[in-house]
Amino acid sequence: MSFEAWLFYLFALLLISSAIGVVVVRNTVYAALLLILAFFNSAALWLLLQAEFLSIVLVLVYVGAVMVLFLFIIMMLNLKVEQVKREGGKYFPFSLVVLFLLIVELIIMLQSSLFDKVITTSDTTKNIDNTAAIGLLLYKEYLFPFEVAAVILLVAIIAAIMLTLRRRGDVKTQDIEQQIQVQSSERIRLIKLPSGRQGS
Amino acid sequence: MNGIGFALPEIFMLVAALVVLLVDLFLRQHSRILTYMLTQAALLAAALLVYGNFADGPARQVVGDMYMHDYLSSLLKVMALLLTCVIVVYGRKYWSDHQEAPGEFYVLVLFTVLGMMLMVSSTHLIVLYLGLELMSLSLYALVSLLRDDSRATEAAMKYFILGALASGMLLYGISILYGLTGSLELLAIAEILSHEGSAETVPLLLALVFLIAGLGFKLGVVPFHMWVPDVYQGAPTAVTALIASIPKLATLALLVRLLVSGLGNITSDWAQILMVLGMLSIMLGNLVAIAQMNLKRMLAYSAIAHMGFILLGISTQTMDGNSAALFYALVYVVMSVGGFGVLILLGQAGIDAETLYDLKGLNKRSPWFAFMMLLLLFSMAGIPPLAGFHAKLLVINAVLQAGHLVLAVGMVIMSVIGAFYYLRAIKMMYFDEPDDSTPLKWDLEFGLTLSLNGVWVLVIGLMPSFLMTVCVRALDAKHLL
Repeated sequence: MSFEAWLFYLFALLLISSAIGVVVVRNTVYAALLLILAFFNSAALWLLLQAEFLSIVLVLVYVGAVMVLFLFIIMMLNLKVEQVKREGGKYFPFSLVVLFLLIVELIIMLQSSLFDKVITTSDTTKNIDNTAAIGLLLYKEYLFPFEVAAVILLVAIIAAIMLTLRRRGDVKTQDIEQQIQVQSSERIRLIKLPSGRQGS
Repeated sequence: MNGIGFALPEIFMLVAALVVLLVDLFLRQHSRILTYMLTQAALLAAALLVYGNFADGPARQVVGDMYMHDYLSSLLKVMALLLTCVIVVYGRKYWSDHQEAPGEFYVLVLFTVLGMMLMVSSTHLIVLYLGLELMSLSLYALVSLLRDDSRATEAAMKYFILGALASGMLLYGISILYGLTGSLELLAIAEILSHEGSAETVPLLLALVFLIAGLGFKLGVVPFHMWVPDVYQGAPTAVTALIASIPKLATLALLVRLLVSGLGNITSDWAQILMVLGMLSIMLGNLVAIAQMNLKRMLAYSAIAHMGFILLGISTQTMDGNSAALFYALVYVVMSVGGFGVLILLGQAGIDAETLYDLKGLNKRSPWFAFMMLLLLFSMAGIPPLAGFHAKLLVINAVLQAGHLVLAVGMVIMSVIGAFYYLRAIKMMYFDEPDDSTPLKWDLEFGLTLSLNGVWVLVIGLMPSFLMTVCVRALDAKHLL
């Protein structure tokens, strides 16, 4: 077995076991950390395939940004893990059946000779390195879908803001605009108190 | 990017949505009417743009084979844009009954239509998928607009999770298809599949099953229908009208392109699947709808049954069947939008009308709108001379022509059973005393739109030949590629 194949099996094994761990582990923080491990391993697999740009982006974007946010959210939500897991156990036999079916399907599929087909690369990407090729493809051949993806992200932003931004009437916050517009006459109210002597 | 000019309606739509988004930001609550007017103007202008450049000749692929300019896409776009105008009119009445009229409603409606337009005018799987996601994401957000309503939140959650699962399945199917053929372009895929003797292999079937499952979710057919009643009921009624129309048209186009154009070589495989799904949908939809006293849920189950008819039309694998399915879809979306329009009419400040009892004595409160609802319901039940009758007739005829006598008989029997719940609603409108005799409130625009909506069903029913020729042309081999 060549060194490369050996590395592949190492990373693949780590990837699968950490992915299983994400589902099995009871503590959500551990699950998130295991997911990070899974990302690192798949990045390593991509490196073995000489897709260095993708592998670096995977680490930078998913581990650096997405998973950090995930951890924040998990800690803020303070989930009751145990309860969720116990209720989820009801569906375990059913999920085993689905899993079995999926595995059988995948095995049948991968044995097919149809996958031996060599996928031709486009003319734009001949004889240039990985990063440049991805850039050229994204901004030349796939510019149209790329722009559509940008629109999808915009809709996601609008939706997220719409769902979370709310003006609640019952919260006592400072309204700065109102504060600086205040007049001196509004600050002090002069009340005439009857003096004690008059009453006596 | 040669030929990007063909995508002018989409580009216009995007710019218009961004303008509406920005203008709405600076508007105060009482001047929201401007957002509404801009939205209507954008929709009408986009419809005019599509109509002005209607693809009447042979289909063309531009923008690096990613944009499809053909009769089917032009037809569906014009239809969807005009229908969205109607929905937005209903939407304004709906939101004026609730205290807040969010500007996001209009923006997200525009984005939904943009996603739909991208979907119907593409044969490239990446663009198809992105269009689908754009449309679905906008719809998820629209469903959750009433975020203080627990049922709306539940509906949004269900719609989001199941929709994401369906997208995942679709994507998995697409990836298998890519692995098998090495192409993401449907016409190229069709060519590769026709060249080799590889059409009947197991991996291809797997890809097919995943693709159909994903699309089935989006279309809401049995056994992927679980979300439909809950989402229809939980969503704000104006949004329900949108969910019941635009995605159905888009998914129909996707189904035709994917199965008929792309995987036409393995017809016998997918036709069987569609037949089973379609027949199950018709049976379950019509039977369960009888038990529903909530009108929105009833319309949801009736939607499931109608989608079954459309699937059966496509499953015949003939020109007639395909154009009958298209005819059915075009008629169905107008009927269902009209139905939800009447529900919005019945709603009062802060209260949604959604049960059958709200229809009670509608004839006494407003004979004209009761008549409109009568037309819509009769049309859904498939009673001549309304549009729904011709739609059902065409599909059943196509199924018979294809030699599936049992299916055709089943469809007729189920239609008769289904007529019960439509007739029950009509009986309540005409023969029961109203529980609530507050006069209905509507403005001229709303009244005119709803009347047009109802009369359209009658006009198409009396003169179906125009729409039929259009549908046949759209799916003509010359125009479809």
